[in-house]
Amino acid sequence: MSGERYRNSFLREVEHNVEEGHWVKMCMQCGVCSGSCPFGPHWAHPPQELFMMIRAGKREEVLGSDAMWMCTSCYNCVVRCPRKLPITHIMHGLANYAHRLGLAPKNQPTRQFAKMFWDNLSKTGRVNELKLSLGLYFKDGFKQGIRNALAMKDIGLGMLKAKRLNPLELVKPHACKGAKDIHAILAKAKEIEDRRKGLSA
Amino acid sequence: MAETKTAAYICQGCGIGERLSTRQLAQIAQKEGKMALVREHPFLCGAEGVGLIRDDIEREAVTHVLIAACSRRAKTEAFHFPTVALARANLREGVLWSQPEADEAAGLTQEMANDYVRMGCAELKKTKLPLGNPLAATNRRILVVGGGVSGLTAALEAARAGYQVVLVEKERALGGWAAKLHKRVPFREPHADPADTGIEQLIAQVTGHPRIRVHLGATLLETRGAPGRFSVQVSVESGAAVTEEVGSIVQATGFTLYDAGKLPALGYGKTPDVVDQAGLERLARQAAAAGGAIRRPSDGAEVGSVVFVQCAGQRDEGGSHLPYCSGHCCATSIKQAMYFKDANPEVDTVVIYTDLRVPGSGEDFYRSAQRKGVTFTKGRVASVEPASGGCKVSFRDLILDEDVALEADLVVLATGQVPNSGVNIELADDDPAKAAQVPILNLAYRQGKDMPQLKHGFTDSHFICFPYETRRTGIYAAGPVRRPMDMAQAVEDATGAALKAIQAVENAAAGRAAHPRSGDLSYPIVRIEGCTQCKRCTVECPFGAIDEDESRFPVFNESRCRRCGTCMGACPVRVIGFENYSVDTVGAQIKAVDMPDEFSEKPRVLLLACENDAYPALDMAALQRRVYSAFVRVIPVRCLGSVNTIWITDALNSGYDGVMLMGCKHGEDYQCHFVKGSELANYRMGKIDDTLKQLGLETERVATYEVAITDVARVARLIDDYVAKILEIGLSPMKGFA
Ligand code: SF4
Ligand code: SF4
Ligand code: SF4
Repeated sequence: MSGERYRNSFLREVEHNVEEGHWVKMCMQCGVCSGSCPFGPHWAHPPQELFMMIRAGKREEVLGSDAMWMCTSCYNCVVRCPRKLPITHIMHGLANYAHRLGLAPKNQPTRQFAKMFWDNLSKTGRVNELKLSLGLYFKDGFKQGIRNALAMKDIGLGMLKAKRLNPLELVKPHACKGAKDIHAILAKAKEIEDRRKGLSA
Repeated sequence: MAETKTAAYICQGCGIGERLSTRQLAQIAQKEGKMALVREHPFLCGAEGVGLIRDDIEREAVTHVLIAACSRRAKTEAFHFPTVALARANLREGVLWSQPEADEAAGLTQEMANDYVRMGCAELKKTKLPLGNPLAATNRRILVVGGGVSGLTAALEAARAGYQVVLVEKERALGGWAAKLHKRVPFREPHADPADTGIEQLIAQVTGHPRIRVHLGATLLETRGAPGRFSVQVSVESGAAVTEEVGSIVQATGFTLYDAGKLPALGYGKTPDVVDQAGLERLARQAAAAGGAIRRPSDGAEVGSVVFVQCAGQRDEGGSHLPYCSGHCCATSIKQAMYFKDANPEVDTVVIYTDLRVPGSGEDFYRSAQRKGVTFTKGRVASVEPASGGCKVSFRDLILDEDVALEADLVVLATGQVPNSGVNIELADDDPAKAAQVPILNLAYRQGKDMPQLKHGFTDSHFICFPYETRRTGIYAAGPVRRPMDMAQAVEDATGAALKAIQAVENAAAGRAAHPRSGDLSYPIVRIEGCTQCKRCTVECPFGAIDEDESRFPVFNESRCRRCGTCMGACPVRVIGFENYSVDTVGAQIKAVDMPDEFSEKPRVLLLACENDAYPALDMAALQRRVYSAFVRVIPVRCLGSVNTIWITDALNSGYDGVMLMGCKHGEDYQCHFVKGSELANYRMGKIDDTLKQLGLETERVATYEVAITDVARVARLIDDYVAKILEIGLSPMKGFA
């Protein structure tokens, strides 16, 4: 067993690099969050355990875990945590950090979707719903995509009839008027955030 | 003493006049009760009613007063006539409020009230006005044994309240455990950082106080006497013996840390880098004196990582170590981890615990440590072993559920508090364990040299209701000698004990009882000519109040007595009694009840109810208008321990169909005000079956119940169930023979 285990190094790393990560040390291991989480039995590490793993220095296991990607942002844990930890935010902070380091599990669907969504959105400043859903259907290959699309066809046709879905968006997508400005805003925001996280000077 | 003149006052207020014929009650008081003066009044507890009684006492020379109104627990201030003997007949709670209002019930309700008036008259005639202990002693000095935080606080509090204090400390310096600490756990907001112990100031205040005399390097050779007149032989540093006369005593002899040498599995003794909490305090003080970081004992290197092992040799279910939690050690380890973190945040500090117990504001302190980066790991330590350049701590991580190990420069074991209680008087004299124990108080009492121990060697205190109260009147235990505790709790404890010690000297001086019947002027009076030297009273007195003289007659030390009456209940020849509570006052009430014949289908059940819990529960049941059977007749008793079996045989002989006894919970987690009273009663009643068989009666005719003060609904139900049971087995065949 490595002598570094249970030392504060990974905890410190989390404190410095993960959004709201400085809260992890305040967990008192009561388990209320794990008991409150609707995902409870379905994921590898509920929040309490994840926090203990951080304190135990299990860096690879934590950052490579899909646990924090499973969080639905229901905030059940946050309202109940007696120590007032912003658990949901820490979950997303951890996911984001793991993603940045390239340690997040590659085929984790939440991660894939989040990335797809972000790319879709940031391109034009608007979400192109048609492209997003098709992207999602076809993410596991063409055959599976057709199957997915067929399974959803009634809903799709219904939306078409109700004018909630415009096939033209596929060829001539809507964009924001100031897409350029939006890119500039996002770039600036990233710069600020990176600075805050200490990623750039 | 003036000639006896009795008077009965029957109140018509609170609805008594509407539902009962007070005329009939007055006639009973006059004709059957033979009261010299009988008056009815519409509102007796009002100024006019009370004035009427006062006038009669003054002008008519009334010496004995019966108030037939509400429960004896109500209106005690209005009906306070300190110059006359008093009895109360409980018509309001005992009859009106516990009986149905329906017209059909009126007959039985009146019968009940009639009986209570008869009983009140009978009791009154046997009662005398208590005059207080004639041997009252007035020494008001207070002896404090132990000069740690508890003892110093007790001494200072008593002195500040104006009392002379003698403080005896066996070491050559004051301060105890606190003087060994680098810092203490904070007492005040924001509970964030270790605080200065403040022990030097406390010592200075004590040594500089004009009313406190300190003996250092001193022990007690003998303590004899009673509250108000203790005489204590103190062996002082020079080896000489001095006599200190005091009125009461606070025992604050503290604790010793559990011997970590008994924990070889946790590495103690295998490497100097495993220390107990005292050891860490020593290292911290050395570091502070040298102005540097804490260094590990083995090689003097600065400590870069430290592991705290909680519950070391504590909460042990295996029976080899302390079975209990000492309460303070989690906060103490947190404090010690802060010694490191505050000096250098880079030091790794890990606390391994199974349950972190930081009651009260300790939670803030815990959070502060987390903020400072102390790591808390829920785990069970299996072993600590010396390893290259430090120690290896192997443990089971209870959250991640795996066996792991980690290395540290230093390991601190949180061992527990072992009370300095002196000898365990319950051990047999030839028990080698007893021989190894050194007495502290050296009491010249028949019951043994030190105070009884409650559990795990902690000195007795009434754990549930009355902390500091011990079973030795006038001697109060304070601080970790009576239960595990931290310094803040010890300060509070010592203050409480000092106040108790003050009450004790004041009560003793006035010839009154100490708690729980504080202020009671009655005291046990023995007709020593009738005594058969059976020693039951001396053995059974829960408070060790009775010694024996050379010819084995009991010697009552009135100011050590709590007035529970256990001796009276125990005495087979019935020579012990109080002026206002005796075999006769209760016996006369039992016999005064009008006994319907066996064809009436009206059973009579006697209920002897402990006045501390069961009787108040009955009053509260009445207050909630909980109806119970009209066949019961209740007599309050000071304690079930005071119940003499003669009352029961008398009751059965006079035709009662059943006897209920209601007392407090006994045994390990007893609730009895007098500690052993209900237990003794239970023991005595266990033997009543033989008597019943001799009388040819069913064993169900005597039933004992444990009743708590909160059992309000239950008391009424118990009565009804019991009466139903009696109706089922049939009325007593003894009726009509009395
Ligand atoms: S917010 Fe996330 S971690 Fe918290 S309970 Fe909901 S799903 Fe679980
Ligand atoms: S509820 Fe809060 S304190 Fe409790 S285990 Fe979860 S994060 Fe920790
Ligand atoms: S048994 Fe009770 S009443 Fe009797 S001497 Fe002891 S304390 Fe006093």
